[in-house]
Amino acid sequence: MKPVDPRLFRTARSSAPHLAATVVLGTATAVLVVVQAGLIATAVARVIERRGADGLTPLLVGLAATIGARAVLTWATEVVSQRASAAVKSELRTQLVDRASRIAADPARGGRRAEVAALAGSGLDALDGYFSKYLPQLVLAVVVPLVVLLQLLRTDLTATLTVALTLPLIPVFMILVGMATEASNAKRWDALTRLGHHFLDIVEGMPTLRAFGRGTAQADLVRESTDRYRSTTMATLRIAFLSSLILETLATLSVALVAVGVGLRMVDGNLDLRTGLLVILLAPEAYLPLRQVGAHYHASAAGLAAVDAAFELLETPMPSHSGRGAAPTHRLSISFDGVSVHHAGRDQPAPDTASLTVQAGEVVCVTGASGSGKTTLLSLLLGQRTPDAGRVTVSGFTDDSEIGDTMVADLDHAHWQRQIGWVDQHPYMAAGTLAQNLRIARPDATDAELVAVLHCAGLALDPHRQVGEHGEALSAGERRRAGLARALLRGAPLLLLDEPTAGLDAATEADVLRAVRAEAARGVAVLMVSHRPDTIAAADRVESL
Amino acid sequence: MAVLLGTLAAGASVALAGVSAWLIARAAERPPVLHLMVAIVAVRTFGIGRGVLRYAERLVAHDASFRVLTDLRVAVVRRWSRLSPGGTGSLGRGDLLARFVGDVDGLADLWVRVLLPAAVTVLVTLGSIVMLVVLLPAAGLVLAVSATVAMLVAPAIAVRFSSRATARLAPARGEYQQQLLTVLDGAAELSLYGALDQELSRLHSIDERARRAETRSAWGSGLGSALGMLSLGAGLVAGLIVAASAIADGRLDGPGLAVTVLLPLAVHELVALLTPAATQLPQLAASAGRLLEVLDAPDVVDEPVVPARSPTGPLGLRLHGLDVGWPDGDVLLRDLTLDVAAGEHVALVGDSGLGKSTLAATLMRFLPPKSGTVTLVGSDGSVPLSELAEADLRRAMSWCAQDAHVFDSTLAANVRLARPAADDGELGTAIATARLSEWVASRVDGLDSMVGEHGDTMSGGERQRVALARVVLSHAPVVVLDEPTEHLDDATARAVLTDMLDALSGRTVLLVTHRRDLLPPDMRVIDLGA
Repeated sequence: MKPVDPRLFRTARSSAPHLAATVVLGTATAVLVVVQAGLIATAVARVIERRGADGLTPLLVGLAATIGARAVLTWATEVVSQRASAAVKSELRTQLVDRASRIAADPARGGRRAEVAALAGSGLDALDGYFSKYLPQLVLAVVVPLVVLLQLLRTDLTATLTVALTLPLIPVFMILVGMATEASNAKRWDALTRLGHHFLDIVEGMPTLRAFGRGTAQADLVRESTDRYRSTTMATLRIAFLSSLILETLATLSVALVAVGVGLRMVDGNLDLRTGLLVILLAPEAYLPLRQVGAHYHASAAGLAAVDAAFELLETPMPSHSGRGAAPTHRLSISFDGVSVHHAGRDQPAPDTASLTVQAGEVVCVTGASGSGKTTLLSLLLGQRTPDAGRVTVSGFTDDSEIGDTMVADLDHAHWQRQIGWVDQHPYMAAGTLAQNLRIARPDATDAELVAVLHCAGLALDPHRQVGEHGEALSAGERRRAGLARALLRGAPLLLLDEPTAGLDAATEADVLRAVRAEAARGVAVLMVSHRPDTIAAADRVESL
Repeated sequence: MAVLLGTLAAGASVALAGVSAWLIARAAERPPVLHLMVAIVAVRTFGIGRGVLRYAERLVAHDASFRVLTDLRVAVVRRWSRLSPGGTGSLGRGDLLARFVGDVDGLADLWVRVLLPAAVTVLVTLGSIVMLVVLLPAAGLVLAVSATVAMLVAPAIAVRFSSRATARLAPARGEYQQQLLTVLDGAAELSLYGALDQELSRLHSIDERARRAETRSAWGSGLGSALGMLSLGAGLVAGLIVAASAIADGRLDGPGLAVTVLLPLAVHELVALLTPAATQLPQLAASAGRLLEVLDAPDVVDEPVVPARSPTGPLGLRLHGLDVGWPDGDVLLRDLTLDVAAGEHVALVGDSGLGKSTLAATLMRFLPPKSGTVTLVGSDGSVPLSELAEADLRRAMSWCAQDAHVFDSTLAANVRLARPAADDGELGTAIATARLSEWVASRVDGLDSMVGEHGDTMSGGERQRVALARVVLSHAPVVVLDEPTEHLDDATARAVLTDMLDALSGRTVLLVTHRRDLLPPDMRVIDLGA
């Protein structure tokens, strides 16, 4: 984590004008801080020297105006930083979701749904602290000391030198401290996350724990692990806070040094009251923003951690679809030749050197134990992943030419995708009507065509019926048949079916299989995965993995 | 302790400002240096003292915050272990649960971020006011007014705007999350059908709506800080006026005036930190409310004051006139009477929504019966479940739910929780009986392989087998199976159920299910719908 992450500003282009405004506002604030100190010092000195309110009015008016202007600047800074935060979050969120949805289409990496949702929601919201507190403070930390030093230079050289010499020590110390504690901070953060995760796991699994009489025992385990964490953390904190003690003391002592020095020189008559007051008002202002920037940095750490997680996702390489070749549009055949795919955490590839073909107009059913790689075979054809060994090729015809065996990776991805009808085990359904969900496959389909494909898929439902959130208003069997109807609507030369008849009664299964046979009769190549004896029996060939 | 240290630390920094002002103003009168020595020493003492005190305060405060976190978590787990799954009401769903856990963690540093600074500020401000009153009563009054405005009114305005902004944003956020999950779920299909971009742009327009709401709310949220600044200014001007008139009639000397004017500046620096802290209050109050709801929830099932002795020998189960339902809901199943002999396998079959899971929870005494009794029948007598101590009950009965929770730990730890005293041989046998040996063999770390969050490196069937291995290891003579094959495809469901019933032969089993077709033909079936 860096204090200013350049990736953040490169990626979120909308942040530039806001950043500029923050700098302008910060500079104006710094100038007003100096003006205010000057007015107060003059006013106090004048009252003391003249023993009364004589000549005070213009100074008070000036003071009121300055503070009024500072109030407006405070408000404006807040507005600008919140806008910046909202704009950057929105931009990052859009990019994140765009990338995540493309990664989610890849089954090997799709398991990060909850993580992405959390990140796009509350995760990025943690950036508010970064934009509304840390960044404006960072600007002030640079601008205020400069302006203050310039002003001090005009009034008192000795004080200026004291401040100018001690001031740089603070960032230097902060960097040293940061380097010394960064590793332990990261470890602590990691442990804290793990503890939180462990706690959630216990709360979620409580019925199970209780059923085995382990409910109360867990409370002791939670106490033990959190206590252990507390004692190790306090050990690191003692050192981490020690460093900020040094910083704080350094800043305070520098101010004290200036104040005492000024006082002594005034006793000697080398300095007038107004200058003395101005110096002790301004000197702390030079240190204040620098000290606060450290505090705000910690407050914005959560936001920066979220940004790190977001960039990790944004920098995940995408499956490259660089192929240019035209895909066959009819009489399409496919062939797997010695195909293996490795999975993380498993010794055996699945599938392991699988070879099979599906000719145009043929129905092939793949069977095998769960985990043998049946669904993976389909994902290879969908272009969601590539084989670690072997070749997946297609052949067939376009309108004007014949296409010989071509690797799936060499095909133009978008064109190839248009040749596939696919029914997943859990077909996607968005809230809306059945018709809306079917037309995803072909937006210009007429109502009559929708009724026809629904009929083919053995589903006698009104296309205008609402399907509910995630298709909840449909039964699992209805949902699967709706998915099949959608695939049929596409009229593609290749049909991929993952457990198309699971959970269906015998009569409905027969309807579905009739529809599948009818597709094959039209010359469509059908590859399906199934366990059901009747479904397997309806295939032309059965391949076991 | 932390409040005391914090007050001393903040007090030192205010005092530092006051003494410095006095020192300068006094020095201007050019007294002998000796007269300044006390002030010079004081400046140095306050300077060093502030840093040291602040260090001590932070250590104490963080330690306390960790202790609070530990106590809160332990309290929640203790309470939860008496409530879950029966009395948790709306908290049953995963996302709400995650938010609840976040509430607990957020509350733990509530007082480091909000309460401690507030207490410290109030104490230091009061101290400063008292000091000014001694110097010049009118100046004390001015500080009292301006600090009150900055301490109470400014945070109140900030809180009002921030909670209004949250209320306006919430619906757009909710809609966004819903649509996002839908899109991520269907990403593969949407991408295949070329509809992904369209869905993403719909998502973007919701986000755009949220962004506009957020931008609009920014106009209000800076008002609190601006008001704090204005009250400082008003106090400063008023302080100068009263001090000037006091000095004119000799009630105040020069150094006194410098203190009167500059001390409030240091106080306001402290007070200004309250407004940002206050904006977190509405959120924290909501968290506290949700937490109290759980901590104050009454027990779902009362433990017997004097528990009965657990029956021994082979155990059967007797249901007599049993009505089941949720504590504040209707009766779902009525007048169930049934004798299950020791070692017998019985299926209780009924359609979805009939109350089967409620029945299973009642049989496990997670819920009390609406009326009637469940009795454990042993060779030396019978005892109603309601008269057994929790520990005895759990030793006698075990349970496997429709989606058994798999903890993010190793396979061995997940199974061993059923009986931590079990040795490695027994563990191995339980895993083999549940037919997980193949999974173990396929992993590099074998039994000690991590199963992932919610067991997500396993298939649904494998997860149910983990639950079976627990039941096998537990040695409990009576087992309740609640839809153990739900969410599995037909072939896996059949295989898992067959293995379960085989593994549990000799034990008393009550299987609650809606899948009559999966049952072995010779099993005794009770139709709950009849």
